[in-house]
Formats: sequence, C-alpha cells, structure tokens
Amino acid sequence: MLSYAIRRLLIAIPTLFVVITVAFFMMRIAPGGPFDQERALPPEIEKNIKAAYDLDKPLIEQYAIYVGKLFQGDFGPSIKIRDFSVAELIMAGAPASMQLGLTAIAIALVFGVALGTYAAIRQNSAIDFVVMGVAMIGIAIPNFVMAPLLSLVFGLYLSILPTAGWGDGELQYKILPIIALALPQIAYIARLTRGSMVEVMNSNYIRTARAKGLRETLVVNRHAIRGALLPVVSYLGPATAAVMTGSVVIESIFGVPGIGTYFVKAALNRDYPLVMGVVIVFAVMIILLNFLVDMIYGLLDPKLKSR
Amino acid sequence: MTTNHILTVENLTTRFQTPDGEVEAVNNVNFHIDPGETLGVVGESGSGKTQIFLSLMGLLAKNGASTGSVRYKDKEILNLQPRELNKIRGVSMSMIFQDPMTSLNPFLKISRQMTEVLVEHRGMSESDALARAISMLDRVGIPGAAQRVHMYPHEFSGGMRQRVMIAMALLCDPEVLIADEPTTALDVTVQAQILDLLRDLQTDFNTATVMITHDLGVVAGLCDRVMVMYGGRVVETGSVRDIYYDSHHPYTEGLLKSMPRIDRADEESLFAIPGQPPNLQNLPKGCAYQERCEYVFDRCCAERPLLREFGNGRASACFREDDK
Amino acid sequence: MMNKSEKTALLQSAGAAEEIEGRSLWRDARIRLFRNKAAVGSMIILGIITLLAIFAPLLSPYAYDQIDWSYIQEGPNWENGHIFGTDGNGRDLFIRVLYGARVSLAVGLLATTVSLIIGVTYGAVAGYFGGKIDSIMMRFVDVLYSLPFMFFVIMLMVVFGRNIFLIFVALGAVEWLTMARIVRGQTLSLRRREFIEAAHATGVSNFKIIFRHIIPNVLGPVIVYMTLTIPQVILTESFLSFLGLGVQEPLTSWGVLISEGAKVIEASTWMLIYPAVFLALTLFCFNFIGDGLRDALDPKDR
Repeated sequence: MLSYAIRRLLIAIPTLFVVITVAFFMMRIAPGGPFDQERALPPEIEKNIKAAYDLDKPLIEQYAIYVGKLFQGDFGPSIKIRDFSVAELIMAGAPASMQLGLTAIAIALVFGVALGTYAAIRQNSAIDFVVMGVAMIGIAIPNFVMAPLLSLVFGLYLSILPTAGWGDGELQYKILPIIALALPQIAYIARLTRGSMVEVMNSNYIRTARAKGLRETLVVNRHAIRGALLPVVSYLGPATAAVMTGSVVIESIFGVPGIGTYFVKAALNRDYPLVMGVVIVFAVMIILLNFLVDMIYGLLDPKLKSR
Repeated sequence: MTTNHILTVENLTTRFQTPDGEVEAVNNVNFHIDPGETLGVVGESGSGKTQIFLSLMGLLAKNGASTGSVRYKDKEILNLQPRELNKIRGVSMSMIFQDPMTSLNPFLKISRQMTEVLVEHRGMSESDALARAISMLDRVGIPGAAQRVHMYPHEFSGGMRQRVMIAMALLCDPEVLIADEPTTALDVTVQAQILDLLRDLQTDFNTATVMITHDLGVVAGLCDRVMVMYGGRVVETGSVRDIYYDSHHPYTEGLLKSMPRIDRADEESLFAIPGQPPNLQNLPKGCAYQERCEYVFDRCCAERPLLREFGNGRASACFREDDK
Repeated sequence: MMNKSEKTALLQSAGAAEEIEGRSLWRDARIRLFRNKAAVGSMIILGIITLLAIFAPLLSPYAYDQIDWSYIQEGPNWENGHIFGTDGNGRDLFIRVLYGARVSLAVGLLATTVSLIIGVTYGAVAGYFGGKIDSIMMRFVDVLYSLPFMFFVIMLMVVFGRNIFLIFVALGAVEWLTMARIVRGQTLSLRRREFIEAAHATGVSNFKIIFRHIIPNVLGPVIVYMTLTIPQVILTESFLSFLGLGVQEPLTSWGVLISEGAKVIEASTWMLIYPAVFLALTLFCFNFIGDGLRDALDPKDR
C-alpha cells in the first residue's frame, strides 16, 4: 500500500509543476497581456503588476518567486477588476461553487449506482433498456443544452423554480444548477455501474457463490457490488473534473456567483492572472482529488492493499 | 417409490438460444449416482459433460433451458426455484470448478467466503463457523490454517486455492460433490496432490463424487464407474475396469489409444483421434462420431445409434453392438 | 541458415497468414455491425446530415450571413423559405444550422485526425519498445491525463486568440492521450506474437515493423475510439463556442447558435431547439456507431 501511495504521489507532484510552469509561460507570451510592453494599461494596474511580477529580474528568478508566491496563496492582482487580487476573487466565488459541485457529485453517485445496479440485475429487461436509454440521452445531450431546457421547463412552463439567479443563496436557486450538473454524471455512473455489474455477475466467483446456495441478495450485496464498484471509484476523479468543467457553463447560465462565472468573464475580458489563477486552483484540486481517489482505490482492492 | 440412488437423471436435455440458432448441449442424458460412489464423466470440450451438472445445479447461463427430470433422492430438483434450490446447493450437493484463480471472490477474505456457508445454511455463529472452517482447511492440507484463513485468495497458490475450494464445498457435509475438471488448470505435480486429497476425503466422508474430466488417467485412479460423453450424448457407460479393458464404443477406444503410455515407449508416434469435435449447431444425420470413426458403415450415417444396455450397468451407443 | 529468398518467402507467408486472418475478422465484424439496427440507423442519419452540410448553399435561398430585414427573429415559416425561422439579426436559421454542421463536423474529423496521428504514433512507439522507454512515455501520459483539459484549451484560446486552426490543434492535442494508451496496450500484446518475431529475425527495421505490421493490427480499437472521440471533440468545440471562446464571426457553429438561442429561450424557442437537436442527434449517432463498432469487433455479452 505504501509503495502504491508513493508511486501515485510521484505522478501527482510533477503534474502540479507542469501546470504551474505552463501557466507561468502562457502568461509571459500572451499577446496583449500584462507583460506585453506595447500594451497601454491604466497606470494603477500597471504599477500593481510591476510590483507583483518583478519584471526586471531574470526569468528563472521570476519563476521561482512566482512559485513561491503561489504556495503562499498569492496569485497576483487581477488586471481587469481593480482593487481585487485573484486570490480574493477566487475565495469569493468558492463557497457557491463548492456547494453546487459537491452536492452534484454526491447525488450522481447515489442515483447513478442505484440505477446502474438495478438495470444490471434486470439485464436485458424493459427496465434495463429504459434506464440505459435515458442514460444515453443524459450523456449525449450537452449540459449547456440541458440547462436552458431545464430552466425553460421548470422555471417558465411549470413555474415551480426560479429560472436563474442566486438570491441570498436560498435552496430554490440551487436546485436547477445542481440537477444540471449532476445529470450527465448520473447517466455516466449508471452506465458504468451497469456494465461493471453485468461483468461481475457473469464472473466465475459469482457462479461459485450461487453454487454454495447463498440467497441472491447476499450474492449481489456481498459478492458482486464490491468488485463492481471499483471502476466507479476510479471514475470519481474524472467525474469531479467534469463537474468542474460543467460548472463553468452552468454557473453562467443560472447566474450563480461562483468561480465558474468569474472564469468565463475573465476569459472573455482577457484577464490573464485571473484565468491562470482559476486554472491552477482547479488543477490543484483535481490532482489532490485524484490522489485521494487513488488511495481509496488502493484500500478497497485487496491486491493493492497488501503490497 | 424410494430408490437407492442419490441422484437420478432422466432424459435431461439442455438447449441454448444463440444468435446463430439453437444449440443442444446436452441431449437426452440418463444416469444415476449411488451413495458413496465416484462417477467419472469423460469427454472433450463441448461434449456436454459440464453443462449436465450446471443444469442440475441451476447454474446455467441465461440463454439456457433444461427439460427432463433430475431427482435428488426422491425430490425433483430440475428447474426448481432458486429459493428452494438454495436449500440443496452447498448443503447436500456441492460443486467445485476448474479455475481456482477466478472461482474465488478476490475481494473477500477466505474466512468470510467459508463462514458464510455455515452461517447461511446451518445458522452457526461467526466464531463457531470460523472454527469449523479452520479445521476443514487443516483437513485439506493448508498449513497454518488459523492464520491463512484471514487472507485473500490472491495470497494463495493455485493448488492451495483449489484445496480451499474443496474445503469450502465440504463444509456442510454434502452427500454429492461435483468436481468439474478440478485439476486441469494446475501443474502436473499439484494435480497428483489434489487427486490424492480427493481420494482421501472420499474415504473419510463417503461423499458421492462426480469427476468431470477429459483425462482418462484421472479417471483411472479415482472412479468406480465411468460415463463417456460425445456431442452432448452419453456414448458409453460401465465400471472403470470395463471401460479400460473392454471398451465397446469407438470413441472410448480412441481415447484410450491416445493416452501416452510409458510401457509402450517403443511406439513411433502418439495416436490422436483424427478429425475435429462435432459442431453442435450442425450435427450430422446419424451418429455424431461418424466422421472420425474407423469402423463407420452406412447405417451410422443414416440412423443415430441409441444407448443400448447389455447388463451390469454396461451400455454403449454404437451399431456394432448389434453384431456382437 | 536461410538465404535471402527463403527469408523473404517466410516473411511473406507469415505476413500473408496474418492478412487472411485479418480479412475474415473484418468480414465477421461487418456482418455483426450491420445487424445492429441502432448503428445502421445512426449511419444513415449521419449520412443525411453530412450531405445537408456539404450541399448547404444549394438548399436555401438565403446566404448564411444575409440579413432579411423583413423577418427578424421570427419563427419557422415555409412560405418565405425560413424553414427554421431567423435569429436576432434576421439571418436564416436553417442555413446557419447547416453551416454550423460544416464547422462542427470539420472540427470533429480534423481534430480527431490530429489526435489519431499523435496518439497512434506515440502509443505504438511506447508499446513497441517497451521497458524504460515505455515507462517514461506512459508516465508522461499519466501526468497529463489527470488534468482538466477544458481549462487548458480555454487558456490557449484566451492567450492566442480564436483561430480555427488553433482549435483543431488544441482539441486534437487534448484527445490523443487515451488513443495513445489504447494503441500502446495493443502493441504490447502484439509485440510478442510470432509474426513480429519472424519479421525481427529476418532483419526488418523497427520502423518498418511498426508501420507495416503493428499499426494495421491495432486498427480495430483505434477505429472504435476514433468514432467515440469525434463526438467528444464536437462537444468540446460547442462548449467553447457557447462560452464565446470558439469559432469567430462570421463562421458559426452549433455551440454559438445554441448560445444565442439560450439567451432568448422564452421568446424564441426555435433558436435553441433546432441547433440543439442537430447537435444532440449527431452526438447520439456517433455514439451508437462507436458502440456498434465496439460490439462488432469484440462481441461480449452486454
């Protein structure tokens, strides 16, 4: 288990540095960015940038300083939104994004696994086809199509939920964005669980369990689920990445004051430090999460646990 | 009417629905097993030897269906509802499989996989069940059973895993043990050990055993009676001595001839039965063995020979019987 | 020791044997594929959409950037030829959807081709040489794999502007990772087969072996994955366009159209529905075909 953990760590750390380095160099070469000498910026911002980025020092030193600052949580100032540092903006948007994201993943796991298991047990029945068919729809229809549709149906036609907005953060404003974020993942996890369950249920060791005369609930719940869920655990990493990516669009559509919204505005405004900051933050979260998921996987799979 | 037989199979036929049509893997099979005896079921892959027992244990694939009658003592068990069948599976009839690697659940400890049988069927407490499991592992020759029982399957070698399977199958003292090619996936030396173990256990527990195999050598050391299968049908039955020294069916003769013999080392080449195993989706009219048989004559291609008994549990499905 | 002609003959027969084996595999696969109704239906629908995209200018009296002042943001109307209605600028939606199809399909195919070239070459080299080279190469893939690519693509778009060729390359560069993994896995298992050893033994260069023997044999999974990558790429491009970071005016894509439609969904629902339906339909079709191909080439009980 320890050697497995170390190996995963050895992948996580270089990944982090690749991200930081790429972000650093991107900013430097961006035409029209803060480092483009020809571009005329408002003097206050220019002053901030000169101070933040030590532009007169050699490149390597700049890099070192940059990395050092990152580890202290200093992402530099925003070049479009005055008086605010990137870090402050990200922190402002974090609570909303985290609430939506975490809830979406939790819902996706619970419903996805349940639906997938149910479909697998009734393999090739009508229920199986219906569940998998709906799942296919959830996967193929992009979230930026689904979200406006949800808004239209529940907000406008049925009028039971607000079409957009955040109000004071009341629950009703959160429901549609969470559903929009969760739906594609529910679909994906359901398909994954079903496929994995079907494979497990056809395996030799399930045949042995039945040959031992165990009742079917034991066969499924004790013998089958464990093996079937491993791929789902592995998928948690990509699932979170997908939810993060999705949040960019969902937050924009529903007017949620989260990191995603700031990101889109920053991208459209060419606010490079903010864009880089968000990318780095998201990347770090994903790397950490993947590492965590890898650890959980290692604990669940006996073959890895004992090494 | 009570019979002595512990297992009676009559007219068992198993069909599978495949995209390319219906396949009859088992065709009208009849046999019985008496308490304490060992029956060898011999045949190539595709002969139906395994499907017979998967059918009666209710372990067929979803596209398979069986007809006929299987009686365990006096109770009809073919196509029984799983809930009823579970009272027999693992308790009175147990089955062990060919590949111990994949037949044990890699995610559960051996202790769990064994105690659950006792807890489920005998209502034992976890600690009692564990004690019995350990003593059973001991009995099948697992060293350090008390520690080993808490390990996972991947921590055992192939031979050890098969021993664990055997121990697991015998936990409830079943009256019938079905062993589906238990040694095929193992090294030759380990094979011998497992066969010795099975012989040993048979003496101690007096379990009726079915030994499914393609290897006549395995049959010789272990079985009382033999049933030879070809193309989903029984083609010959008899005691081990009869089959070895006085075989009647040409396929049995072929199998015997193709066994490599140390005492005939001066022979030039190994004999192999010419031709291929039959395609069950496209069986020829007449005897299924006709294309490979050295005695084939016209009648064989026109009519299918039925299994004819000629006393003392001897039977053969060949038209040559008519001339004898 | 064999002389040169014997070597050549041996190699030819080894290669030919593989070819014959390969051909019957493809034939079986084709039969299985065409039995799959969903896949066949999808191929027909995709074919229709492709034809519509190719012949777009012939199918509408309007040009895609032509403004019809008499009919701004109005619904579908068969009489004046605006079959799908018009957008907020009075441009005919039908022709714009078809031009959007051109962009989306083009991006899908070209970006996937880029990822194909990079991924197959990378994976084949890694799998073929094995050992240390393979370890390092795959470690690099692992490192990149965990990153959220959308963000990097957006970053690229922000930094370098919204050039359509950049989009192709960026999207292709993002999707090659899984392709590389698949190809590497296949190559590793192929490497040990006899005909590769035969080629080695008769002195064929590594480069030739990779291109003539290994790559044709990994074609199966590669085709499946390609068919499944195209919708991913189209989806990513739509996503970018939706945010305003994708193709630039006057070009349009389904993502752009959907974005415009989403803003006025209450008043002019058709502006969202038509491009959305086309997009969803195209994605569905590619997914069904990909699934069908996967089942055809490797039938397992699903």
